[in-house]
Amino acid sequence: MFELLRTAIRSLASNKARSLLTMLGIIIGVAAVIAMVAIGAGASRSIQQFISGVGANILIIMPGAPSVGGVRQQAGSGATLTTEDAEALRDEAWTLAGVAPEVFGRVQLVYGSMNWSTMVTGSTEDIFSIREWRIDEGRFFFDEEARSGAKVVVIGATVAKNLFGEESAVGKVIRVRNAPVEVIGVLAAKGQTPWGQDQDDTAFVPFATAQRSLFRRGIANSVQRITVAAVDGDSIPEAEREVSAILRQRRRLEDGEESDFDVRNMAEMLDAAAQSTRVMSLLLGAVASVSLLVGGIGIMNIMLVSVTERTREIGIRMAIGARGSDIRTQFLLEALLLSVAGGILGIGLGASASRVITSLLGWPTVISAGSVVLAFVFSALVGVFFGFYPAWKASLLNPIEALRYE
Amino acid sequence: MSLIEARGIVKVYQTGDVGLRALDGVSFAIERGEFVSIMGHSGSGKSTMMNILGCLDVPDEGEYELDGRSVGGLSGDDRARIRNTTIGFVFQGFNLLPRATALENVELPLVYARVPARERRPRALAALERVGLSERTSHRPNQLSGGQQQRVAIARALVGETPLILADEPTGNLDTATSTEIMELFTSLNRADKTIVLVTHEPDVAAYSSRTIRFQDGRVIADERGASRV
Repeated sequence: MFELLRTAIRSLASNKARSLLTMLGIIIGVAAVIAMVAIGAGASRSIQQFISGVGANILIIMPGAPSVGGVRQQAGSGATLTTEDAEALRDEAWTLAGVAPEVFGRVQLVYGSMNWSTMVTGSTEDIFSIREWRIDEGRFFFDEEARSGAKVVVIGATVAKNLFGEESAVGKVIRVRNAPVEVIGVLAAKGQTPWGQDQDDTAFVPFATAQRSLFRRGIANSVQRITVAAVDGDSIPEAEREVSAILRQRRRLEDGEESDFDVRNMAEMLDAAAQSTRVMSLLLGAVASVSLLVGGIGIMNIMLVSVTERTREIGIRMAIGARGSDIRTQFLLEALLLSVAGGILGIGLGASASRVITSLLGWPTVISAGSVVLAFVFSALVGVFFGFYPAWKASLLNPIEALRYE
Repeated sequence: MSLIEARGIVKVYQTGDVGLRALDGVSFAIERGEFVSIMGHSGSGKSTMMNILGCLDVPDEGEYELDGRSVGGLSGDDRARIRNTTIGFVFQGFNLLPRATALENVELPLVYARVPARERRPRALAALERVGLSERTSHRPNQLSGGQQQRVAIARALVGETPLILADEPTGNLDTATSTEIMELFTSLNRADKTIVLVTHEPDVAAYSSRTIRFQDGRVIADERGASRV
């Protein structure tokens, strides 16, 4: 076996340029598979990280789409959720770890000569634990402040950078819609969402502050949404039922009557996003497999040429006692060696290509052991599959004619 | 029991509608230890006979027994095994593997005989020494002269300890002086009990043998025994 391997390596090495060109198809195919799978895995991992960063157990309660004289309005446009709903959920629901009513809007923040427009959310202390924010500097606001309407703000890292640069933000007073507000905390950075949205471009103010001074809404006590967290991942379905039951009871809705609110499950939404990423990388992987196939055909082509060129050698080997199976093994091994070497080089190329993609485009990539093993095994299979026909053809040569071949 | 026993060998080549009888009922026997030359003009059937003797081809009719075994009904793989264990080939064009060293070329029959690598090397070295090439074991064929290449080929035919050496025009590509050296090597191998069958059209070469079988038009026309010249 070692002898055969050495013979195969020698015959491939004697024609280096050709061997390399033949491998190129496999190299490119394997590299493409590795890079595609790495991009897909990177995307789904960043979604996983986003889920755990944003809070995996979140339910979002939105006002329903109100029906005005039979005409359905945009979902969430009704003012049917109130702070009382939020308080009822906090007091009555067993399955919830936190309840945060929210009002929000895009608002200009001004500090000295700098200004920055960002999404400002008015909420309670719970919003930080539900959304899994961590503080980088300063502190969160307390429920006491949320109720009293203290003039304080907690800002995201992007906002801090744009308003204050390298300066410390805590203790500074900024103007929000002309109201002076003190910065009491800066949030630890979370980075981008998988779809490229900057999560740190945000600011939080106490709920009462937002409702009274920033967003003067038509109906007092109405909220744009309530974000709640289930106690753990397993109790999400139960939490969903409980939230629905409590809110329906408050509204005295009969069975069969339509709810005027929506309960949305964050994990399900993100699952859908992950699913589409998987489908995408599967499609790209399929395209890459086609190039592997083309590489395999290239190997078959070169092996057929090689068999013809080495007809005389085959004749000599047969005359001195090589059986058909010996010849077949020899050529099969050469094809296998070509494709496996191509596979290994392709894995290397794919890995470096993924790294380049990450550093140039900022896309996260993950090279899994599974994809490396898969690419290796697949390239070996390509070698055996496409090497078989030329090897079989070589083994059927007539030794007399092969010896006479010039 | 004869080493080679051919009875009524017929081989027909189909060219278009005409069947050419390359061998038309050839019979002879060769005993162990003989040095036989097969002579004839091109087209006389001597090369066809050589292919059949070498188990590279099978007769259409007749019986060929090699070392007591009938070759006729054997599969390609079985004939490969017989070639490996019974026959050492020497060709006019040397037929060495160009990318392998002299030593590796000589080892090759042992590779196909599944001899372990540890054993192959000393046996190949011994065979090269027997043909006087122990200084050139790591040279490739293109680094050797024609005579040296033919010696490597003879060493390759010796290494398997086969009873028979089949040589097809072994001096055809060599000059006179080198031809003499090679023929003397064959003679000494014959003295050491190798059976040698040699195809040639040169009377000078045939003169080294102790028996000459002449072919013409696919038949044996003469079978002369006589003391060899040397």
